[in-house]
Amino acid sequence: MKRLSRYRRHKAAGPFILIFALLAIGTTFSVASATVKQAPTTFARSAAIDEGKQIFLKGCSSCHGLNAEGGSIAPSLIGVGAASVDFQVGTGRMPMADMSQQAMRKKPVYNAEQTAALAAYVASLAPGPAIPDDSVLNYERDGNTAQGGELFRNNCAMCHNFAGQGGALTQGKYAPTLMGVEPKYIYEALITGPQSMPVFSDKTITPAEKLSLIKWIKSAEAEPNLGGATMGRIGPVTEGLLAWILGIGLLIGIAVWLTTRAR
Amino acid sequence: MSNEIVPIDDSIAPTHAPRSTDIDPKAEKRAEQQIAILFGLSGLGSLLLIYSYVFVTKDVFIFIPVMGNQNAQQLGIGIGMAMSLFFLGMAAIHWAKTLMSDVEVVNHRHEFRSSDEDREAFVKTVKAGAAAAGLGRRTLIKRSLGAAIGLFALPPVLLLRDLGPLPKKQLETTNWKAGTRLLTDPGNRPILATDLEIGAVVQVLPAVEHEDERPLSDIAKDPVLLIRLREQDFQLTPEKLAMTYNGIIAFSKICSHMGCAVALYEQQTKHLLCPCHQSTFDVTRGAKVIFGPAARPLPQLAITVDAEGYLIARAAFSEPVGPSFWERNSQ
Amino acid sequence: MTPVEKTIGNVANFVDERLGAAGWVKKSLNKVFPDHWSFMLGEVCMYSFVILLLSGTFLTFWFDPSQRDVIYNGVYEPLKGLKMSAAYASTLDISFEVRGGLLMRQIHHWAANIFMAAIVAHLLRVFFTGAFRKPREFNWILGILLLTLGLVEGLFGYSLPDDLLSGTGLRITSAIIQALPIVGTYISFFLFGGAFPGTGFIPRIFTLHILIIPGIFLAVITIHVMLVWYQKHTQFPGVGRTEKNVVGHPILPVYMAKAGGFFFVVFGVIAFLSAVASINPIWLYGPYTPGQISAGSQPDWYMGWLDGLVRMSPPLETHAFGHTISWNILIPALIVPGIVFTGMALYPFIESWITGDKREHHLLDRPRNVPNRTALGVMSITFVMVALINGGNDILATNFHLSINQIMWFSRIGILVLPPIAFVITKRLCLSLQRADRDLLLHGSETGRLLRLPHGEFVEVHEPISAEKAFLLQSHEQPAALELSDVDSRGVRRPGGIKNKVQRRLSKAHAVSVPKVSEQELKEIEHH
Repeated sequence: MKRLSRYRRHKAAGPFILIFALLAIGTTFSVASATVKQAPTTFARSAAIDEGKQIFLKGCSSCHGLNAEGGSIAPSLIGVGAASVDFQVGTGRMPMADMSQQAMRKKPVYNAEQTAALAAYVASLAPGPAIPDDSVLNYERDGNTAQGGELFRNNCAMCHNFAGQGGALTQGKYAPTLMGVEPKYIYEALITGPQSMPVFSDKTITPAEKLSLIKWIKSAEAEPNLGGATMGRIGPVTEGLLAWILGIGLLIGIAVWLTTRAR
Repeated sequence: MSNEIVPIDDSIAPTHAPRSTDIDPKAEKRAEQQIAILFGLSGLGSLLLIYSYVFVTKDVFIFIPVMGNQNAQQLGIGIGMAMSLFFLGMAAIHWAKTLMSDVEVVNHRHEFRSSDEDREAFVKTVKAGAAAAGLGRRTLIKRSLGAAIGLFALPPVLLLRDLGPLPKKQLETTNWKAGTRLLTDPGNRPILATDLEIGAVVQVLPAVEHEDERPLSDIAKDPVLLIRLREQDFQLTPEKLAMTYNGIIAFSKICSHMGCAVALYEQQTKHLLCPCHQSTFDVTRGAKVIFGPAARPLPQLAITVDAEGYLIARAAFSEPVGPSFWERNSQ
Repeated sequence: MTPVEKTIGNVANFVDERLGAAGWVKKSLNKVFPDHWSFMLGEVCMYSFVILLLSGTFLTFWFDPSQRDVIYNGVYEPLKGLKMSAAYASTLDISFEVRGGLLMRQIHHWAANIFMAAIVAHLLRVFFTGAFRKPREFNWILGILLLTLGLVEGLFGYSLPDDLLSGTGLRITSAIIQALPIVGTYISFFLFGGAFPGTGFIPRIFTLHILIIPGIFLAVITIHVMLVWYQKHTQFPGVGRTEKNVVGHPILPVYMAKAGGFFFVVFGVIAFLSAVASINPIWLYGPYTPGQISAGSQPDWYMGWLDGLVRMSPPLETHAFGHTISWNILIPALIVPGIVFTGMALYPFIESWITGDKREHHLLDRPRNVPNRTALGVMSITFVMVALINGGNDILATNFHLSINQIMWFSRIGILVLPPIAFVITKRLCLSLQRADRDLLLHGSETGRLLRLPHGEFVEVHEPISAEKAFLLQSHEQPAALELSDVDSRGVRRPGGIKNKVQRRLSKAHAVSVPKVSEQELKEIEHH
């Protein structure tokens, strides 16, 4: 069961939350913030909600219920917020292809506009975490790699492995690799806690710390393979395999050559 | 059809057919050239090593398919070294195989047992020596010698005593006391009970005097994991439920099996998993072990809030945290 | 006489007049070494040990074995400004600021992995060919000692950099020590210099790792090799090879050139691995603090089976009289490995007790001709492999989309069920290979050519096999099972009845084989 908080406060994305909250109670006013580029008009926004509702009814309601109230196989989406929808749909996890243990990252089913419409619709049901704005996500400027590494090893490495390569959870579930994940989605995952992942509140890991985390992940992603081929950065298992297959294998091959008579 | 069984007979010399290098001068010449080429490759490797060491700077990276971005200096030195060693060896082996004699020769073995005369002489010598020392007769000396040797073995062990302090109560106690504030790790910030949404986790350490200078031995037993659940999800005994605050439950993060950090919290199943040996604990049932080798639930820390609303410990841990040890006196 | 020869002569004369060395040097140079690829495995071990000494010495020039806190200010950006131990910081400096330092670190680590792998491969060769039999039991025990030492040395080695992964390994080590009844807590506090992780452990294991254990290694390896030298190498059966001789190449120059060249080849291969493949990237793991952990924390491969055993252990703990005994740690981490290693060390004596064979053996067995031993070997390998697979269960789960719980249950059941199955299958396989040998000897080898006989029947043409091959197939012994009666010649029950019964049963099982072709049968065939 996925449960998200209703009391989320996200300083940096405050204006966004405000917009969604107002829409949710059916207000026709819209407060456009200076930080929001090309702020959509009220009309466009309510149109997006309508479109999102249509997509929802077609693609999501069979599991999540006609009013997103959830069902026996899928959680309620009331209060999960736009960030959650953006993460789940934008990374292709939702809609799920099959009823497997866990939704996998795959090619998104919906395009960016449809995803935004869905997000707007779900956000209109009840307030929840909003999609972080690009200006908030300037991790290059606001993050600190070393601090991010500390945070990562304390809060993330136990599931996602020391280099963000992913790891095993119970009963066939797994923590996915973090390589090649857009900063926005990392941020959304932190604040919404998708699937098995817990929520990392802004009070306990501040937005600035989250950016440091993202910066560290991105630096691990870009880091050259300093000692040679990495074999997956998953530790001594592949190293042992290589020592046997390539090391001992090659040496036995040479020993065979060494001990056969020349013709 | 017939098969001849050759009797075991070491008069039969190993069969030997001449190699091409034994009979063909051209083949011999060719082998010689091959060996020279191998030696040359080895020399080339050494030069590559020297070149990479001296002239390639540390910040040069080259992209190699499969291997990704590689540091040119490291790769150059490595490949150079590998070449210089490998081809040197290959040249020597090729030389031995093609140009040195390959006629097998025979050595004879003999039994390792000494001759009876030698054995008798040995026994006699030992007996004579023992008799001369008179060990058999002098029981007083024998006994005191035994005692002395026994005592002699003690000092070397005793001298190692100062390697470390006595355990005292160190394994039983942590820095958690009634009223200790819970601080985020890293960051050392106090936490309001309202900071946690449902499904949130926080890694925390106790507030101490010098938070920047915690010894690692404290970090080996103090870490606690805070988890907020919906209160109706708890299936706890009344005492354990009283140790939670507003849906927030706190467990020692040090595994009760072998002391790894148990921090894999699955929000959906509400299970905690230890990545070292896969012990799985059910948070809703007070970290009861539901899978894996751990034999005890994780110790739970009683928490509440202080006047300002910050989370504090209500009491110290009621049992030792971390792996078991002989003196541990609780279930 | 050329000037070179003259110089050599003078030096030799100088040495011999003082040491009288010519006699035994001459004798030693006459030694003969038989050729077989599997005889080179032991050399791979010895050579990688030398490589470990060389690369390890290089590393000590920069490594600072201290757990004192430092703030990292080196060139590796993602760790800049973090508090860490001097051991970890100096390992980072070796990796990034000493030219060729990372290469040396990787050579040292790859060489260690290959050292252990070669020891295991060498051990399997010696076991399956029966090379441990009299008079080589001492050397077998020394080999087991070297294997055990290698495990400890390896653990200490990868613990030294004090990164997050190695610290996790030490945490587990300390838990194993603490689990020892009565003395555990004290030993742990003394070794670590206080409560885990203390401040003393890294400098202490450094001394053990670079001085004490390599010293023991050096001594034991020397004795091991000297014994091979003195007892002369075993050889595979073949024409002209007997229990009384050894056939091969003389030490000078052929063996010297080959074995010497092979050293450089081994070094070259390890250097190549180290150049192209990363090992133990400690900068990614981060510095050790006990509150952190990474998913997929694994030991190096040779400790993996022990970790696997610990993982699959049932949650057993005894609380009584105010004391705790952790069977979930003691059984998999100490008792089972203790039984395995003791059993291995004693095996030569056990086998000789079963067969009653007290003779010297210098000719090796073909594994198929001793089905029981071969089956026991495969059974042990199966046991270790199941444990090893479970040691990597989380890595397997993520990479092959499996569930760790399933792998764990597979191993928990498999560790009990699969080894006996492996034993039975291997024994049967050995016996059918023996039968195939017998058929080959009696009917020759199949040529694949069909012949139609005048009355229409098709037959495949069989060709007789060569005399050498025939000799090889027929050269092994087939000792009968021990005859042990419960009563002595006067009809009185002998003491130790159960022991006799066990010995008789085992001996009978050991002697199971497909009978060799008899002289009679050969004669009959010749008449065809």
